[in-house]
Amino acid sequence: MSDIDIRKVLQEELNNIAPEIDLAGLDPAADLREAMDIDSMDFLNFITAVHHRLNIDIPEIDYPKLITLDGAITYIAAKLGSRKT
Amino acid sequence: MVDFRMPSLGADMEAGTLVEWLVKPGDWVKRGDVVAVVETQKGAIEIETYQAGQIEKILVDLHTKVPVGTALAQIRTEAEAKPGVAAAPAAPAVAPAPVAPPSPPPVAPSTAAGAHVSPAARRLAEQRGVDLATVTGSGPGGAITYADVERRLAAAVAAPPPEKKRAPSLDLDAMRTAIAAAMARSKREIPHYYLEHQVDVTACEQWLTQKNATLPPDSRVLIGALAIKAVALAARRFPAFNGFYRDNKFEPSQAVHVGVAIAIRGGGLTAPALHDADQLPIDELMSGMRDLVQRTRAGRIRSSEMADPTITVSSLGERGVEALYGIIYPPQVAIVGFGKVVLRPWIVDGGAVGPRSVVSLTLSGDHRVSDGHAGALFLAEIGKLMQEPGKL
Repeated sequence: MSDIDIRKVLQEELNNIAPEIDLAGLDPAADLREAMDIDSMDFLNFITAVHHRLNIDIPEIDYPKLITLDGAITYIAAKLGSRKT
Repeated sequence: MVDFRMPSLGADMEAGTLVEWLVKPGDWVKRGDVVAVVETQKGAIEIETYQAGQIEKILVDLHTKVPVGTALAQIRTEAEAKPGVAAAPAAPAVAPAPVAPPSPPPVAPSTAAGAHVSPAARRLAEQRGVDLATVTGSGPGGAITYADVERRLAAAVAAPPPEKKRAPSLDLDAMRTAIAAAMARSKREIPHYYLEHQVDVTACEQWLTQKNATLPPDSRVLIGALAIKAVALAARRFPAFNGFYRDNKFEPSQAVHVGVAIAIRGGGLTAPALHDADQLPIDELMSGMRDLVQRTRAGRIRSSEMADPTITVSSLGERGVEALYGIIYPPQVAIVGFGKVVLRPWIVDGGAVGPRSVVSLTLSGDHRVSDGHAGALFLAEIGKLMQEPGKL
């Protein structure tokens, strides 16, 4: 899965969490919790959705790596990459 | 014959507009079934029945605004309906409907699954690209409701990505009007007193880290669930903070239904009930809280959740606020606030100073019912309970 595909999946799941937010205007380096006004419950739902959608394990200790869109893409790409090898 | 009436919808909400019937004459319902949806200032609310039986007659047309207490439908009790015939709840109606519904039938067969699907559920499914054949219905007779489609969406398993979604159907202006009315009434009528108590929640954090490390995201627990459970248990022990002040007297509640303050993006707030929070194991409480938050933000709260809270819990910690002093939601008599968890130098065992995770716990109490002394004991009890999260 390419970074572009991962970004698309993440944006779809973020859109499910906060449909009223304009994701096109979201800074990919911004803290999602602040930029989208999402709380720990929303974030947990986002992690849960990504977990199911891509079938990857995301331990709680890794949450800080997923708080920006760019960070999440890097993290997931590495997870998917390591699964192939 | 029993009237199914528009229930109380919480403080300062005296009417609602009927927007959806999930049953039709002849349908069987059991206690707790959602049978109608009403639009209010706080969004759409699902109205449950507390009477099991067979729907005899629909009395109110769609899009009619009716005050609290209005009879919406008539229900024949199980004893009245078909004497001698087993009245299996949720069984398909076999007798012809005695009275035709005054509006198009609210449920229609699904071409995909063969199950009944409410119009609102069908609309949502179409908007979000959900295959109704993959949705399990929880409505009368297994009908698929709006909430069922939402649950399917929340599961986020293999649902085709939606091309376009709309914001939740919440009227934030109307919600602001409702908040204004309730809060102004509270400040006019309730003599608040305020207390703050610092609580070391390091044990909660450690317990959660350990527990969540072994669980998939679906089953993980947030510290907010521990906070609600601790408040609920303390409220059971200190009944002066759990109940309603009505007609110049306090009515303590036997049950502890914690109102969970939930912010709506864009500027709304509501605090629906997590029922019997003191009785729920922590995993169930977390699951219930998750469901409540999702439905609230989607604008789908149930009537009992609006009217039942006996005490409210609010938290602004995630937004950096260290302490909040809430305004009591009438006719309740207390609101407990949780601030941000901060790392502080703290006196630990033996008198040494060590880093600990500390939260500011606050109480806004109704001075007509309790005093600061009792409030202090109540807060101390919550703090004490949070030292042993495994027992919550």
